[in-house]
Amino acid sequence: MQFGIFSVSDVTPDPTTGRVPTENERIKAMVAIALKAEEVGLDVFATGEHHNPPFVMSSPTTYLGYVAAKTSTLELSTSTTLITTNDPVKIAEDYAMLQHLADGRVDLMMGRGNTGPVYPWFGQDIRTGIELAVENYALLRRLWREDVVDWEGKFRTPLQGFTSVPRPLDGVPPFVWHGSIRSPQIAEQAAYYGDGFFHNHIFWPKEHTQRMVEFYRRRFEHYGHGAADQAIVGLGGQVFMRKNSQDAVNEFRPYFDNAPVYGHGPSLEEFTSETPLTVGSPQQIIERTLGFRDYVGDYQRQLFLIDHAGLPLKTVLEQLDILGEEVVPVLRKEFAALKPPHVPDAPTHASLVAAAGGARDATVHAPADDVTGRAPAEAAEEVEP
Amino acid sequence: MSNDTRALAVVSAGLSNPSSTRLLADRLTTATVAALHERGITPTVEVVELRQHARDLADSLLTGFPNASLREAVDTVTGADGLIAVTPIFSASYSGLFKTFFDVLDKDALTAKPVLMGATAGTARHSLALEHALRPLFSYLRAVVAPTAVFAASEDWAGSGGALHDRIVRAAEELADLVAGRPPAAPADPFDDPTTSFEELLRRS
Repeated sequence: MQFGIFSVSDVTPDPTTGRVPTENERIKAMVAIALKAEEVGLDVFATGEHHNPPFVMSSPTTYLGYVAAKTSTLELSTSTTLITTNDPVKIAEDYAMLQHLADGRVDLMMGRGNTGPVYPWFGQDIRTGIELAVENYALLRRLWREDVVDWEGKFRTPLQGFTSVPRPLDGVPPFVWHGSIRSPQIAEQAAYYGDGFFHNHIFWPKEHTQRMVEFYRRRFEHYGHGAADQAIVGLGGQVFMRKNSQDAVNEFRPYFDNAPVYGHGPSLEEFTSETPLTVGSPQQIIERTLGFRDYVGDYQRQLFLIDHAGLPLKTVLEQLDILGEEVVPVLRKEFAALKPPHVPDAPTHASLVAAAGGARDATVHAPADDVTGRAPAEAAEEVEP
Repeated sequence: MSNDTRALAVVSAGLSNPSSTRLLADRLTTATVAALHERGITPTVEVVELRQHARDLADSLLTGFPNASLREAVDTVTGADGLIAVTPIFSASYSGLFKTFFDVLDKDALTAKPVLMGATAGTARHSLALEHALRPLFSYLRAVVAPTAVFAASEDWAGSGGALHDRIVRAAEELADLVAGRPPAAPADPFDDPTTSFEELLRRS
């Protein structure tokens, strides 16, 4: 099972000091957090994508490319990549490039995005969100799997004879998850392709997660990708930990009370009982997290949200220390002991390459250069003495 | 069809206790139950007092989901075969508490659901708020609203009460006809296997 963290990249004032980080500080903090995640032994770091303040992460592959260069084992992912408002051609190109630079340590989570104005800013309409997700993803898959694509759809300029470069590393596209809180159509999409399904599992009661995951598993089996319990499931989660449970509650409360999403509403205690949020000792985090399995079954990826609502970098790094030293090693052992052998791990580049029968270079050598009209081989001959 | 049952939900947005809003809601409920009995139907009745959910409703606006206690109220109304909805009139319209409850319902929760509207206020001058505020709200939610809406001003609770009584009975008969005229509610489950295949979704795009 993979463990990691995911960030929404918010720039939020620290409610205990009133201090607001600059964008630059937040961006550098997100780098420090990702590097620390690898250092403490986590498997995955995923970043959100946003195109409006108070968020900084408009350009995930630039950021992830930088993190890739400074890490060696960390799987780089997204939470989510906007499949609705991004051009699928650009997603194909950007993430294939990242995949090469990161030596395959890349997967993606597709999401629709819930910020209304982002759609018109990028020339789309939120009311067609599901259709956009369906069409754009179908194109993205072809761009990664077919060297030359002829394509026509409803939302994007048609393509004739288009080759998305670079071709996926070793001829194997990155693994894709689909994230949705409550749209069965997206769980259906994930099941149809045999892709992974990720539930945010932070803001809403567990019943929503349970129903979405059950549906995805049932449809995964329906489409013939394996038994329902072999479907690839990821969950979010939100934690704050201190050695003593009461210290965790006291320290986190002002951040909770003023958090952009749910602040000034329910109490920390009410939200903890209504949603998967867990604030307490490492042991409490371990017990609650192991309990997720009771309503989603054996799953493959657990990501925690730990760096939002204005929490200072120092605190976030301490949280990572606790996760890495006290929480994740226990979870790893316990989950592994519970998992039956026929339940697969989350696919990685290595496992996908193996499943494809080995690595192959997928480079497409163009027959002729558009500018000179000459094939690269001819041009090479001319310059040789 | 003497064994027919239907579920009746009653939403009362009265704030005081006892409240004249709840009093009107109870009168409407009693009359509707009697009218349904006449049609061979035995209804169950569940009352949702919004006052008890005032904080739940504010939380739900912020978090985007109803907590366990509010969820029960939402499910009661969503799953009902008929709804009696009664609010005090505040500042020329339904109360904010009343509106918030209908704001947090799923947008399809009241589609085709028979609804009887009632309202209370200090004087009869507020009575048309039922027609100008509540009826458009329920039309927007695609409910089927009984033609007679019942308004009770303070003065209506005095005297022989003939006029208020007649309106209550007429409205209850109308609601009973609407409820008896449609099959018991069977809310669609979004997690049933889809009727449209994914291939079809793909072709549409």
